[in-house]
Amino acid sequence: MIDSEFRYSRIPDAAQAQRAEVRAFIADTLADYPAIQRADSWMGFDAEFSRKLGARGWIGMALPRRYGGSEAGPFARYVVIEELLAAGAPVSAHWIADRQSGPLILRYGSDAQRDRHLPAICRGQQYFCIGMSEPGSGSDLASITTRARRIDRADGSAGPTWRLNGQKLWTTNAQLSHFMIALVRTADPTKARHDGMSQFIVDLKAPGVTIRPIRDLSGHEHFNEVFFDDVELGADALVGTEGQGWEQVTAELAFERSGPERFLSSIALLHTLIDAIGPSPDALQAREIGRLTARLVGLRAMSLSVTAQLAAGANPSLAATCVKDLGTGFEQEIPELAQLLHSTMPATAGGTDHARVLAQLTQMAPSFSLRGGTREILRGIIARGLGLR
Amino acid sequence: MRDILESTVVRLLADHSTPALALACENGDWPAALWQAVADSGFALAAAPESRGGAGASWDELYPVLVACGRHHAPVPLPEAIFANWLLGIAGIDALPGPLSFAVQATLTMEGGRVSGAMAEVPWGRHVDHVVAIASGEQPMLVLLPTAGAVNRRRSMNVAGEPRDGLDFDAVAAVASAPLPDGIAPSVMACGGAMLRAAQSAGALQRLLELCTAHAGERVQFGKAIGSFQAIGHQIAVLAEQVALTSVAAEAACAESGDAGLALLPIAAAKVCSAEAAGVAAAIAHAVHGAIGFTHEHVLHLTTRRLWAWRSEYGSMTDWAQRIGRAVCAGGASAFWPAITAGSLPGLNPGAFR
Repeated sequence: MIDSEFRYSRIPDAAQAQRAEVRAFIADTLADYPAIQRADSWMGFDAEFSRKLGARGWIGMALPRRYGGSEAGPFARYVVIEELLAAGAPVSAHWIADRQSGPLILRYGSDAQRDRHLPAICRGQQYFCIGMSEPGSGSDLASITTRARRIDRADGSAGPTWRLNGQKLWTTNAQLSHFMIALVRTADPTKARHDGMSQFIVDLKAPGVTIRPIRDLSGHEHFNEVFFDDVELGADALVGTEGQGWEQVTAELAFERSGPERFLSSIALLHTLIDAIGPSPDALQAREIGRLTARLVGLRAMSLSVTAQLAAGANPSLAATCVKDLGTGFEQEIPELAQLLHSTMPATAGGTDHARVLAQLTQMAPSFSLRGGTREILRGIIARGLGLR
Repeated sequence: MRDILESTVVRLLADHSTPALALACENGDWPAALWQAVADSGFALAAAPESRGGAGASWDELYPVLVACGRHHAPVPLPEAIFANWLLGIAGIDALPGPLSFAVQATLTMEGGRVSGAMAEVPWGRHVDHVVAIASGEQPMLVLLPTAGAVNRRRSMNVAGEPRDGLDFDAVAAVASAPLPDGIAPSVMACGGAMLRAAQSAGALQRLLELCTAHAGERVQFGKAIGSFQAIGHQIAVLAEQVALTSVAAEAACAESGDAGLALLPIAAAKVCSAEAAGVAAAIAHAVHGAIGFTHEHVLHLTTRRLWAWRSEYGSMTDWAQRIGRAVCAGGASAFWPAITAGSLPGLNPGAFR
């Protein structure tokens, strides 16, 4: 049952000890960082900031020392990233590499891949994006058609091993990243729809790769379409086992779905809202701010409980899915409540900090329950986890 | 100790706390055999220190016992007795093994060891031998009163049919009394009540999920189990999330509480989450069960009616949320995140609940 998936877990003292240092660093480094940029949360891109974090040992904290990580463990990483997210620090550059690509390469990658990528990830200098969705494959990820084919070298000649063709869509930060970890087909689809997929590390500077940013409804360019036109890949581009791509991707999801970024995306707005309301809230304001606070306390406890399981080597994918669905709902509720509780004209230019942040988060909110698996897909996963289908 | 407590109480309640017993108790029965079994196992005394006749169990260890009481709709004041004995223990008074409750809504004065005044909504007031409450005076005193000494009894029941009685006293001799220890405010009563009900609600919510997954897997319409319909599956997924949220929030409330004091912010958060979850989850459970779940014969209402009752006891969602919200706004945005990570919100005042 679901309750056994969630045991309350305190952050160990050793990990807590990191908090004051991170707070001092943020206070110092981001002293004049504007509220509207803090509202970008983990979509704020700043390579110099990422390098500073890398120099402090705050990227790749779950990775071994021999690859440049700090081996500080999941709880220490949790403390660092929740402090960064709560402050709205610009962590986007290294975010995917730190959260997913690094751990994936550590787990499934070859020694050569680890040596090549992990130290640069930990320094905050090498950025990754994730290539999953395609024009015809959104929620139905198993229907992807981007294809890597082995290059026939029957004559024994040297050269690349794979040729990649197809298109990825909605790829966040592709235009700013060095590499993509792409899920592609390496065999024709069969009745077992999840067979025949593999993961590749694609150098985004390689010939045949074209990246076109897509402007979102607020005018920002976070996501992209990425075209592969006869892109040649070496044998060392394959991550893990050929044909095991689906299993590998699924194993990543517990990391992707349970972290504090799944409920802190609107924290900048909660901050400006609290100050806009001021120290003497009316009854309705007090109730709703209190309710949001209670929900945040509960979500954080859920997320920490999943972290404890990840630290113990378990794969709590059902619990992680619960955190993401509940957490993104919380993130989306904040702009709705903000405009109910306080009369402010959301402003895309001019206006107060609160008005700007309100406009920004109101426009970003729909994406929170789309990125990384839609609400409907998540609820289907939970239902299946409960044995309903 | 936690695992032993959990496995013992779950076995005991699964065997003895049947739907038939819960229904009989709504008609006024006192489940003497169930209470005896619970008392014989030492659960009621568990939170008191060993020197006072208890087992010195922590709230973290007792969390599964509270959950089990909710899950198995136990018609006995076991959560109340555990908390009352904990109160007696921290005040240096010997624990009591017999049926025992506590009163949050009490207007009592003590003079020369005799207590007068009124109590309202005392859980199981008509059935328990003693009640723990706080009497005002020069300093607040924890008092242990014999219900046999009440001069007036007003019978009342919550929506789950659990007794919530009024008791009036006129110069009754306190069985024991002691000042509250340093650092423990009179609001400890309401906080404790909220902690108990949040944990019991977590158990009740877990039971709802169990009933819903079982029913959705068995009930066939349009040629297939209704759980395979997306509309049903998604509702039960939402229910599962609420179960998870309330469970971990209530566990945190217990785990962070100790003899030095109860953990105010975690308890307030757990009460708000559990009260909100109660309404959402009961609505989903009844939707999934259809008409059969609306019958008296079906066991579903034994759990949904308890959730509806418990969410409003010891402060409604609004009561607690407003207290949190006022403290958050008074502290301003810069103090908000530090309060979340510290698990402690300066200025959060539980006050007195109705």
